[in-house]
Amino acid sequence: MGVEKREIVIPGQFLDDIKRNKPGRGTFVENGKIYAEVLGVLNKNAGYINVVPLKGRYDPVENDLVIGVVLEAMSSSWLVDINAAYPAFLHVNEVPWDIEFGETEKYLNHGDTIMAKVLQVDMEKRVQLTLNDRNLYKIKGGHLIEVEPSRVPRVIGKKGSMISLLKKYTRCRIFVGQNGRIWVDGNDEGVEKVIYVIKMIEREALSYGLTNRVEVLLKKDAKDVR
Amino acid sequence: MKSDVKLFENGRRLDGRKPDELRKIKIEVGVLHRAEGSCYLEWGNNKILAAVYGPREAIPRHTQNPLRAIVNARYNMAAFSVDERKRPGPDRRSREISKVISEALENVILVEKFPRATIDVNIEVLDAEAGTRCAGLTAAAVALVDAGIPMRDIPVACAAGKIEDQVVLDLGKEEDNYGSADLPVAISPRTNEILLLQMDGHLTVEEFDKALDLAIKGCHIVSEFQKKAILEKYRHIPKEVG
Repeated sequence: MGVEKREIVIPGQFLDDIKRNKPGRGTFVENGKIYAEVLGVLNKNAGYINVVPLKGRYDPVENDLVIGVVLEAMSSSWLVDINAAYPAFLHVNEVPWDIEFGETEKYLNHGDTIMAKVLQVDMEKRVQLTLNDRNLYKIKGGHLIEVEPSRVPRVIGKKGSMISLLKKYTRCRIFVGQNGRIWVDGNDEGVEKVIYVIKMIEREALSYGLTNRVEVLLKKDAKDVR
Repeated sequence: MKSDVKLFENGRRLDGRKPDELRKIKIEVGVLHRAEGSCYLEWGNNKILAAVYGPREAIPRHTQNPLRAIVNARYNMAAFSVDERKRPGPDRRSREISKVISEALENVILVEKFPRATIDVNIEVLDAEAGTRCAGLTAAAVALVDAGIPMRDIPVACAAGKIEDQVVLDLGKEEDNYGSADLPVAISPRTNEILLLQMDGHLTVEEFDKALDLAIKGCHIVSEFQKKAILEKYRHIPKEVG
């Protein structure tokens, strides 16, 4: 599995010539040469050179499912923190409830946590959220964990392999937001284990064979698994 | 300034350095827990802590730029950083340095990626011994990389100067006080583009060219330290089991 080593690149590092590869995410082109723009891991895929960032804020993309924390209830909308550079807007038209003008606090208030979908991101990076979709609601109970947004794909795993593994062995309900927030609910023991494993995934995200290692770890003290 | 202090002895400087030798540099990455990126740097007896917060929405609203992010560097000297207690708070000197560092950093950060946002860089000088603006900018650059902020290059700064009619690299404290010129330079090491250039004192055109060349050479040496420190922190990949 682990044949080649994952290479860490730093901003301004020369990666390749534009004639040989196409510049992908996390890169920029100057004088026909491709350079890295962020601290990240080099990834070559289908003729594209990408740099997957190691750190940094969540960059909102339309249709992403995210977990947000309400910052402020205004008369016809809410301000929601989604771990991006900017707070996002949630308008009353985008929630499944009928709300009278000025009664927004009755439904969502400062500190409430919601699962939401990114409806729109405009050129000035103004973000609109929506709750009008399947499985989107206000979160009650459970635990919220934060990881680096760039680690989210690792937590989910290939085709959800990692996350289904976690669900299977801990019997917790888990929801992973694209913005690096993870909601976990279940019995205390299970939640504790999920948090432990997710922190481990975040720490060792760059290594190979992580899914197998997580399975070994989970199997060790979980006996009542079907 | 003329004085009786002898800055040269047998071709060696006061602290035993050769004319083109840097002071000792130590860089540590990611030292602060709450900041998005941080860096602790020791350059001779300069001790500097840099922290990066953001990108986040710029407040107050009127400072926002709808097309790009603003870079807000704040250089501050601790009251205990110099021999005689410095009156705390921003003064004319620190505001100037904050401004030139902000502008230098703005030129390498991909500010177009974060419209309406601000990137706050706090540079705290804990111990000062000449050349703090160069050290501050160098530390700020490393902290920005640590924060995962997209940049065209990692900027780096270094000073050259003139003492007793000789052009030397990286002035020390006495050399700065009794020497005749100081030339701090910040560059983008990939393109050799100059991001910051200031001069204090007098140099002839030939001396200036020589000092600039020397400073740029110094920048490239410091740049290697920066890159090494960043890779050191992040290269570590846990070993595979089984």
